[in-house]
Amino acid sequence: MAGLTSRDAILTEYNQQLLNAPKGRSLAQDAVRRLVANKAAVFSIFLLVTILLVVFIAPYFLPWGYSQVDWANIRKPPNFEAGHFMGTDQNGRDMLARTMQGTQMSLVVAGVATLVSVVIGVSYGAIAGYFGGRIDAVMMRFVDIMYALPYILFVIILVVIFGRNPILLFVGIGCLEWLTMARIVRGQTLSLKEREFVEAARASGASPWSIIFRHIVPNLTGPVVIYATLTIPEIIITESFLSYLGLGVQEPQTSLGTLISQGSEVAVALPWMLLGPAVILVAMLIAFTYLGDGLRDALDPKDR
Amino acid sequence: MSENEPILKVRNLSVHFNIPTGGIFGGHAVLKAVKDVSFDLHAGETLGIVGESGCGKSTLSRAIIRLIHATGGESMWMGKDILKMSPKELIALRKDIQMIFQDPLASLNPRMTAAQIIGEPLQIHYPEVSKAERTARVAEMMAKVGLTPEMINKYPHEFSGGQCQRIGIARALITRPKLIVCDEAVSALDVSVQAQVINLLMDLQKEFGVSLLFIAHDIAVVRHIAQRIMVLYFGEVVEIGESEQVVMDPQHDYTKKLIASVPVPDPKEEMRRREVRRKLRREAAAAA
Ligand SMILES: Nc1ncnc2c1ncn2[C@@H]1O[C@H](COP(=O)(O)OP(=O)(O)O)[C@@H](O)[C@H]1O
Ligand SMILES: [Mg+2]
Repeated sequence: MAGLTSRDAILTEYNQQLLNAPKGRSLAQDAVRRLVANKAAVFSIFLLVTILLVVFIAPYFLPWGYSQVDWANIRKPPNFEAGHFMGTDQNGRDMLARTMQGTQMSLVVAGVATLVSVVIGVSYGAIAGYFGGRIDAVMMRFVDIMYALPYILFVIILVVIFGRNPILLFVGIGCLEWLTMARIVRGQTLSLKEREFVEAARASGASPWSIIFRHIVPNLTGPVVIYATLTIPEIIITESFLSYLGLGVQEPQTSLGTLISQGSEVAVALPWMLLGPAVILVAMLIAFTYLGDGLRDALDPKDR
Repeated sequence: MSENEPILKVRNLSVHFNIPTGGIFGGHAVLKAVKDVSFDLHAGETLGIVGESGCGKSTLSRAIIRLIHATGGESMWMGKDILKMSPKELIALRKDIQMIFQDPLASLNPRMTAAQIIGEPLQIHYPEVSKAERTARVAEMMAKVGLTPEMINKYPHEFSGGQCQRIGIARALITRPKLIVCDEAVSALDVSVQAQVINLLMDLQKEFGVSLLFIAHDIAVVRHIAQRIMVLYFGEVVEIGESEQVVMDPQHDYTKKLIASVPVPDPKEEMRRREVRRKLRREAAAAA
């Protein structure tokens, strides 16, 4: 192939033409098209994006910060004159600001944990599945052992190691959540590696790593995306549970789970403390479920 | 190495599969998919391999180029045994021996564009080639196999079966290999497309001087493209010789059956073949 480089000038011109060649329709684009046709999924995306934007932007425009105490208004219902649109808690802190901060925290934590679990789970599962044999047996036995160990034990160990930093804690939780993802991905990889295009890559001399990350992983998008949308709400619930035990997010910061557990204790006397966070949590869980459903239909391999 | 030396010499190649028979003691039966196969292939030559489905054609072709593990024998490529090559030599070999597959669509990664698919072997074996040059070579090769270069950014599912197979051929040719293994490369295509693809392969063979191992279950297809034909029956070579000779004067009963099973447009010839089929059946009944 040497010597051809002298043709670079002509090549560049030729390439320019090819760059203008019509773009193809990728499978991902097809899937997006099908997703957009699904009303429930589109509405879910709209709702989630709205929640996301509001909780990250609106706090800058609120009169009260989430940890600021208003001594004049403690345990008060919504009061527009004082700027407490959703009332205050027992410490005189603005519930709207706290709900937004809590939702932020829950989303960040769920996003980080899901991302970590996807990255580890996909790599691990694809490697085990592709190499197979003894490597697979050892790697998957390790997953089985991890499954068998009590989750809460790990969490306590993580808290001891990382202290009470919520982000690090949820990186740790992501490191536990990957187990199921690894199993799903391994199963998919076992069937993908028998496909002819993988054999074609081997026949072309592609290295195992390039086969795994160029040919197998991109074809896992469907199950991975679907599973990830199901993992996000799961982690939001896990976070609620851990915060309830006092292992998650710490005061004065808060999270949806913490807000709900505090609100439910005083639901009769101070209903505004429960209502806001509960509505947001339920809305997000439902939206993620419909989004997951829509993605499953859009990415359904039977449709290809 | 002399001029007349074959580029590929396969000697006593065998492939056995262990089939687990279940049971807690891990018992297994041995399936001898390829038994003691030997043949030569010369530069620029096409050798056809025929045999019914399940007789070990795919297994043989993959064992020769070490895509699966051979149980015994040798596969000498230009004087060096492929089965004993180091990983490094093996990668270099992949540049010289390429493959075309049975299912045109399934053999292309659905997430890659035609440019990425055809350019991949180039990227593997010539990483120093710039992206611009690679694209240009891909476009050039697409034109050679009868695809318009404007289709370079399309994905496999946007092509027809015949076009997909052309992409497969372009991918196989882009590193200028010396041998291409075509495993049932036209069996999945419509008859009219089959002829086009075979003619394309023959033209490209003339242009590039590449040897072909052309595998099919249909002897009529193989006869058209191959100079010599090897007939495989339950993993064994039952007959090998010049195409015309094997087809016009088959020596082995199994070959006769294969030829008789091909429908032909000529009614007289068809009558004659039906007679052969009947005779073979009678003999088989008498033997049993
Ligand atoms: N990986 C394998 N494990 C066990 N048996 C196999 C395997 N691959 C092929 N076989 C068996 O080997 C025989 C030959 O198969 P194959 O080479 O695919 O035949 P062909 O390509 O001629 O149709 C068949 O009986 C098949 O079931
Ligand atoms: Mg086969």
